[in-house]
Amino acid sequence: MGLEAISFLVLAIITLSSALALVLSRNIVHSALFLILSFVGVAGLYLLMQANFLAAVQILVYGGAIAIILVFGVMLTQREDMSSTNLFNKQKGLALLVASVLLMVISRVIWLTKWGSITTIKTTVHNIATVMLQQYVLPFEIVAILLLVAMIGAIVLAKKVEKAS
Amino acid sequence: MGALQNLFVNLALFFRESMVNIGFSQLGIEATMDLVAGIGVLAVIAISALVLIYVERKVAGFIQVRLGPNRVGPKGTCQTVADALKLVGKEDIIPDRVDKVPFMIAPILFFAPAVLAFAIIPFGENMIPIDMNIGIFYFIAVCSLSTIPIIMAGWSSNNKYSLLGAMRSLAQSLSYEIPLVFSILGVVMITGSLQMSDIVAAQSDMWFIVTQPIAFLIYLIAGAAETNRPPFDLPEGESELVAGYMTEYSGMRWALFFLAEYAHLFIVSAMATTLFLGGWHGPILPSYIWFLLKTGFMIFILIWVRWTFPRIRIDQLLSLGWKFLLPLSLLNILITGVVLYII
Repeated sequence: MGLEAISFLVLAIITLSSALALVLSRNIVHSALFLILSFVGVAGLYLLMQANFLAAVQILVYGGAIAIILVFGVMLTQREDMSSTNLFNKQKGLALLVASVLLMVISRVIWLTKWGSITTIKTTVHNIATVMLQQYVLPFEIVAILLLVAMIGAIVLAKKVEKAS
Repeated sequence: MGALQNLFVNLALFFRESMVNIGFSQLGIEATMDLVAGIGVLAVIAISALVLIYVERKVAGFIQVRLGPNRVGPKGTCQTVADALKLVGKEDIIPDRVDKVPFMIAPILFFAPAVLAFAIIPFGENMIPIDMNIGIFYFIAVCSLSTIPIIMAGWSSNNKYSLLGAMRSLAQSLSYEIPLVFSILGVVMITGSLQMSDIVAAQSDMWFIVTQPIAFLIYLIAGAAETNRPPFDLPEGESELVAGYMTEYSGMRWALFFLAEYAHLFIVSAMATTLFLGGWHGPILPSYIWFLLKTGFMIFILIWVRWTFPRIRIDQLLSLGWKFLLPLSLLNILITGVVLYII
């Protein structure tokens, strides 16, 4: 087994086991921390595929920004007893249905993908920039405007609360 | 001067060659070299922290018209060594009602990004540990990871002061990360590359502090805020929050937080040197000496600021970040873009 295969196995185990722990742990803050570990594991997988820009984005956006907001929200809901904040429920049938549909979609994607060895690209940054800012510039800008609208909306909502109190 | 100029590069080459002569495999050589580099980084962090704490206390003494440490060793130089030994010898206390695992690993995880960031710092000519093509972006990504351990420490301590400190630290690093990244963006726009060696090479004629003075100031302010240095030390403001997220820590775990903070100080100064002060470029002296001199100067400025300005309030901190630094950094990007387009 090559070094790459060993690295892949280690990263896959980290990613999957932390994802599992995220679902199974009963303390919601622990769940959030496991989620971050899982994100970092995925970043490691990107790194293994020579996509180092994508790996850095994964760590910055998911491991940094999104996880921080998530943990922030979770911590604000602190209770006396944190040991039962991430409870289980009884909707097993529905969960099975959703999970199997997801499994079907993912296996279809895996089936349709043409697998082959990756060609090493020296810099992925230029390619991503060309695709995002030339080929698909319109969707990119639309997403940016959407985010701007969400941001202005959040500010307006926050302002209103201040006035009412 | 040639021999001195390439001292460390030649040293690395010598190690490599002697390992080839002994008959190591390619993998063994790479692993050994990485191990040596890792130990080297840890040594640099430990020694720079020891020196920086002494320098900080001496400069603080000078600014406040007192002597500073002067008992242990000549001129008090052994004071920090004695302090460090005391910390190592302390009992590892874990309070009863803390969330044990996050509490125990938080200081280690806080230290890790500081070590990781050393991988892309150009210490001298051909002296970048790993010259990645996304260098500066890697730095930003790794630095964004240092907030989570603070939250872990603050939350798991099960102490209101710790939690408040962690919350403040969160708000602070979220608000100041954006101006920090945007100020770096000006440099990246001029260079047209994220690679550290390209950024340093682009400054062989003119330092970026000349073409990007606003970005430099924004970087300095946001950098001081990101490292939780006074006047931005609200997360650990001792007069209000005891010691913020570090309240429940003692002994070696507390020392790790402290060590990481000085490593952050070194990294912020080293990045300021690389991005705005021409990196290792300089006449006569070897490149790494120039790098250390410029970094030392930046550290001195940050210490100077620390002991001159009072701590600011949390609302002042946030409005400075969002209402002043962010628009200014956006304006800087706009101006840089327009000027680059015209040229």
